[in-house]
Amino acid sequence: MKTTGNILLVGVGGQGIILASNLLAQAALNAGHDVKKNEIHGMSQRGGSVFSHIRFGPKVFSPVIPEGKADLLVALEEMEALRWLQYCGSQTELIVCQTRLNPANINEYPGGIADELTRLFNKMLTIDPVSLARECGGQKFINTAILGVVANTLDFPESAWRNAIEKLTPEGTAAKNWEAFLAGRTTKGTYE
Amino acid sequence: MSGNEAIARGAYEACVRLGAGYPGTPSTEILEALVSYPDIYTEWSVNEKVALEIGVGAALSGARSLITMKHVGINVAADMLFTAAYTGVKAGLVVVSADDPALHSSQDEQDNRHYARAAKIPMLEPSDSMEAKEFTKFAFELSEKFDIPVMLRTTTRIAHSSSAVTLAEPAKPAISFKGFERNRRKYVMIPIHAGPRHIDLERRMSEISKLAETLEINRFESGKGQVGFVTAGICYQYVKEIFPDAPILKLGLVHPIPQNLIREFSRHVEQLIVVEELDPFFEDQIKAWGIKADGKKFFPNTGELSPGMIRDALGKENPPGPISSSFKIPPRPPSLCPGCPHRTVFNILNKLGYIVSGDIGCYTLGALPPFSAMDTQLNMGGSITMAQGMEIAGERNVVAVIGDSTFAHSGITGLLNAAYNGRNELIIVLDNGTTAMTGLQPNPLSGERLNGEPAVKLDYHKLAGAVGIPDELVRTVNAYKPDDVEKAIIELKASGKLSLLVIEGPCLILKRKKKK
Repeated sequence: MKTTGNILLVGVGGQGIILASNLLAQAALNAGHDVKKNEIHGMSQRGGSVFSHIRFGPKVFSPVIPEGKADLLVALEEMEALRWLQYCGSQTELIVCQTRLNPANINEYPGGIADELTRLFNKMLTIDPVSLARECGGQKFINTAILGVVANTLDFPESAWRNAIEKLTPEGTAAKNWEAFLAGRTTKGTYE
Repeated sequence: MSGNEAIARGAYEACVRLGAGYPGTPSTEILEALVSYPDIYTEWSVNEKVALEIGVGAALSGARSLITMKHVGINVAADMLFTAAYTGVKAGLVVVSADDPALHSSQDEQDNRHYARAAKIPMLEPSDSMEAKEFTKFAFELSEKFDIPVMLRTTTRIAHSSSAVTLAEPAKPAISFKGFERNRRKYVMIPIHAGPRHIDLERRMSEISKLAETLEINRFESGKGQVGFVTAGICYQYVKEIFPDAPILKLGLVHPIPQNLIREFSRHVEQLIVVEELDPFFEDQIKAWGIKADGKKFFPNTGELSPGMIRDALGKENPPGPISSSFKIPPRPPSLCPGCPHRTVFNILNKLGYIVSGDIGCYTLGALPPFSAMDTQLNMGGSITMAQGMEIAGERNVVAVIGDSTFAHSGITGLLNAAYNGRNELIIVLDNGTTAMTGLQPNPLSGERLNGEPAVKLDYHKLAGAVGIPDELVRTVNAYKPDDVEKAIIELKASGKLSLLVIEGPCLILKRKKKK
């Protein structure tokens, strides 16, 4: 019996992972779940890898997803999807945004990552960041737009998302974030 | 709420009157949350020792006080902590020690439960945000009931995890204290007074040990199976995740721990397993009481535990494990931001090839490629004084590099020591106007306080003048003028005398934030 939903959001400092995970956790809470969320902050402002674990269900114990147990891995940066495989198993679905950001001191983005992800994950949805940015109102709303994609895999009511976005996005941006979220819900990624 | 926000909320509900601390991951957000509650005095103190001293003074004058710091901050504050256990505190004094197993953002992973034992004070350890809030409130009650400072220990996974919290309204403490009341035998710790206070401390702790046997927060959870677990904090959640039906003795008070309760629990199970991160703190005590237990046989003394580590170590059948890949991706370590004012100086120091005695902050990233221009970094403030030791030992080619907040924290005493003892070092202060590493907290070089009020800004030139450094050996240069920076370093170093170079360039993240 599986009772806890496990979502791992990953990316790079500055991509809005923390806001996205706050929204996701709030939406889960609004949908009536017990929720725990874990992230580490402190050095992320300086361009490091960022992750956030979100777990929800009737009763959640560990705020950290047990190794191999993620249901969904959401990567806002392509290479980062490969960094957290220890939390993924054969059941894990991947949503990956093909944004490519070179780490400091690396000038050439490694090739073959998309193929490796296809090989590793049984179910994978690839999002083109350029067309998503066009649909959702710009680069800086990609994090909320991706949540729209995530929302399609969950059964939270629309009001749970709407309330979370109104409550937690920066002042004056709720309407735009909501539009970005809706754009994410209807965007066409590539399924494999 | 995060664990840190929950601690602030708990302090508010306990009618705390003062919050002080020094920024340090993973403790920083506690005071940043506390400042938003009404009628509570909050401050970033210049260092952890100062913060605790302010807390003890306030508590003795009748104000409940919350003092926050990261684990290594307790090393700085320990002088005060040990003696405050002797004197007692009158109004509640709670000291948060935020430990960092796995060194997410720290120079060591010391286990501060030892401090509670060494200083002979009680320590509580919550396992989620709701407990963080409730334990904070209980800590104040315990502190007042037994006239003793109480430590609240968190770890990064508690401090930075969020879970649901039920709020309550602030409730006035049962006892209301007057201001400071003279009692020299209790508060002036000359040997003739301190001896009796030590005896009294042993009495207070032995009463708390008795209380530990019946405290609700030391909770026995009955279950199925022959293996029972003794655990606390985040490890409790991991054990529940993997063994939801096992008998568990969950300790909320992690010092002193209840001997009889643990003995009783051990009789009900065939094997007792202690699950704790870092040192075998419970395990050693339990074994010393002659109770059979295992713990570190299964788990390392280093790093964090995880649900998977518990599952694997204890042989619970493992459904198809994590997927893995041999694909090599480059690491993505944190690095100095593009355009960061610190970049200039490390490029230059790399070129000049000095031995760089470094310190703690964003600028420690100057030790990594492409700069590779920092050679030592151990603690807060050590850059200036380690460079003095190097000079005495005969190294001539050394410069000390320290940030503004670290300079205020414990660099100034090093400067005074250099002047007093006739050293000839070059001290470089990288002044970006903020405590950037921990998320932009103001400090005595920012001209601003925690609550945003304007404040005095330390004058480097007058300070240097006051310790006898002549004007021509004190310079301030713009971080974005590399030629000026290089020239100043070469000239001051060539002087062969004690000198101070302040390289000014505001933190870019702070600049961006202020624009908004």
